[in-house]
Amino acid sequence: MKKSDSNDRYEIRLSGSGGQGLVLAGVMLAEAVGVYEGKNVAQTQSYGPEARGGSSRSDITISTGEIYYPKTSKLDLLLCLTQDSCDKYYHNLKEDGVLIIDSDIVRQPPPLKTVYALPFTHISKERLGTSIVTNVVSTAASVVISGVCGRESFLKAVLGRVPKGTEQKNEAACKLGFELGQKALKGEL
Amino acid sequence: MTETNNRKLLQGNQATALGALAAGCRFFAGYPITPSTEIAETMALELPKVGGRFIQMEDEIASISAIIGASVAGAKSMTATSGPGFSLMQEGLGYAYMAEVPCVTVNVMRGGPSTGLPTKVAQADVMQAKWGTHGDYFPIVLCPSSVKDCFDITVKAFNLAEKYRNPVIVLSDEVIGHMREIVVLPDPSTLQLIERKKPNVPPEWYKHFQITADFTSPMASFGQGYRFHLTGLTHDERGFPTSNSETIAAKLDKLKLKIERHVDDIVECRQYQCEDANIVLFAYGSVARAARQAVIESRKKRLRVGLFQPVTLWPFPEEQLRRMTQKAKLVIVAELNQGQMIGDVRRVCKDKIRVIGLNRYDGELITPEQILNLIKEDH
Repeated sequence: MKKSDSNDRYEIRLSGSGGQGLVLAGVMLAEAVGVYEGKNVAQTQSYGPEARGGSSRSDITISTGEIYYPKTSKLDLLLCLTQDSCDKYYHNLKEDGVLIIDSDIVRQPPPLKTVYALPFTHISKERLGTSIVTNVVSTAASVVISGVCGRESFLKAVLGRVPKGTEQKNEAACKLGFELGQKALKGEL
Repeated sequence: MTETNNRKLLQGNQATALGALAAGCRFFAGYPITPSTEIAETMALELPKVGGRFIQMEDEIASISAIIGASVAGAKSMTATSGPGFSLMQEGLGYAYMAEVPCVTVNVMRGGPSTGLPTKVAQADVMQAKWGTHGDYFPIVLCPSSVKDCFDITVKAFNLAEKYRNPVIVLSDEVIGHMREIVVLPDPSTLQLIERKKPNVPPEWYKHFQITADFTSPMASFGQGYRFHLTGLTHDERGFPTSNSETIAAKLDKLKLKIERHVDDIVECRQYQCEDANIVLFAYGSVARAARQAVIESRKKRLRVGLFQPVTLWPFPEEQLRRMTQKAKLVIVAELNQGQMIGDVRRVCKDKIRVIGLNRYDGELITPEQILNLIKEDH
């Protein structure tokens, strides 16, 4: 691995409200990049004292070099699953950063250059019968849109972290997310 | 890509627990509190697998008492907590300093005072770790700044506790404790572990607090046939309370000298590009990460900035700081409190070097930009 400084630093934030599973999604993404693709990664989080509700976010910093400052400062990619988190964090994006939002929930997207508005919650319910996997669906779509790691690596990381008995549902959620991401890149969504 | 197989994504708190297990910790008592709870969770899962005992106590006073008892019975023992719990543990810690019981207490710092900010970072327990309980005593306090550090420094904490029969505090913080990074952990069989000195005299000659050349007494465990008395009252070499002034002074000297005479062995520091630095950043724990980035950015602009990072906070690394600030005109002490370590930095730098603080206490980590801006302002 190149031991240079942090020129290739890539910063991601997954944000929404507490209980949506975004910290876990961040851990899975960090594992995909760090364990299965051999890059350096630092994953941090910020959440309130409540178990559900309140704002919640998971930040992932990726680099082939050493990561000293572990938090994010200028985001390359921001995923928002609530209007609140979008309002709060969109100004942390770099000028050419990518914003991904749940189009069912974030009704007022900020006027940015690159916004992907995808119906994560709606389509999860429709195709998988539950919105509980929206964290995996939306993060999988973010993986494809950003190209931050391979699909296989992310799928492996997800299956290694989810509770026993939910593997099938989560694998389906990953694939749905990959499909949404692919369609978004092609401008079909 | 064989290396990939050993790469693990671990949280700082998990690494702390794994470090304790690798160091031979076989007893954990604690009461869950954010942001330290993952240490207890990991110990609860892992200790039974290696024949150890985990117990969730009714509170933190009971927790510290339980680990003291376990250590006196011969087990390497640990507890983990955060500010509010650390306050409650001060009484028990005082007993452990007085009774010279090796044990490890982890405090994953969050905002205070009182219940403060459960999920947010601070470094405001630095002075409490040194002065939290009453009387004269000499804590060993270590401070990790990465997930790998959490493992290594916890191993070191057990080694120092055993070697000097002293409580050791690991002062982690919310960022380090909750952060996940990729680590490759060492094979536990390759670690150098230190065990407490055992008596080699017949039981009837044994003195639990014998004053030895290095001031650390051999320690028998309860139940091994060596009889001794333990008390928080100031005691003689056999452990019985005393009011003899010579014996009292000798006991307090012993507590001091066993640490003071071995400062070089206990103190660990890191420095990055301090040799020619006219601005030295003094930072520890999570802030050291921001400071290291600030050094890199500064050097790109040809500013002679270095970082001095104490791993051992107490005893204070006086000599090392003096050596690393020889060319310095300015020392910036960056910490997540309203100015705690800065007092000792000023004491060491005296009037020769200007010392200023960069303090943040709003629950967020100091950023490299904040440090760079302060450097720019000063130029």
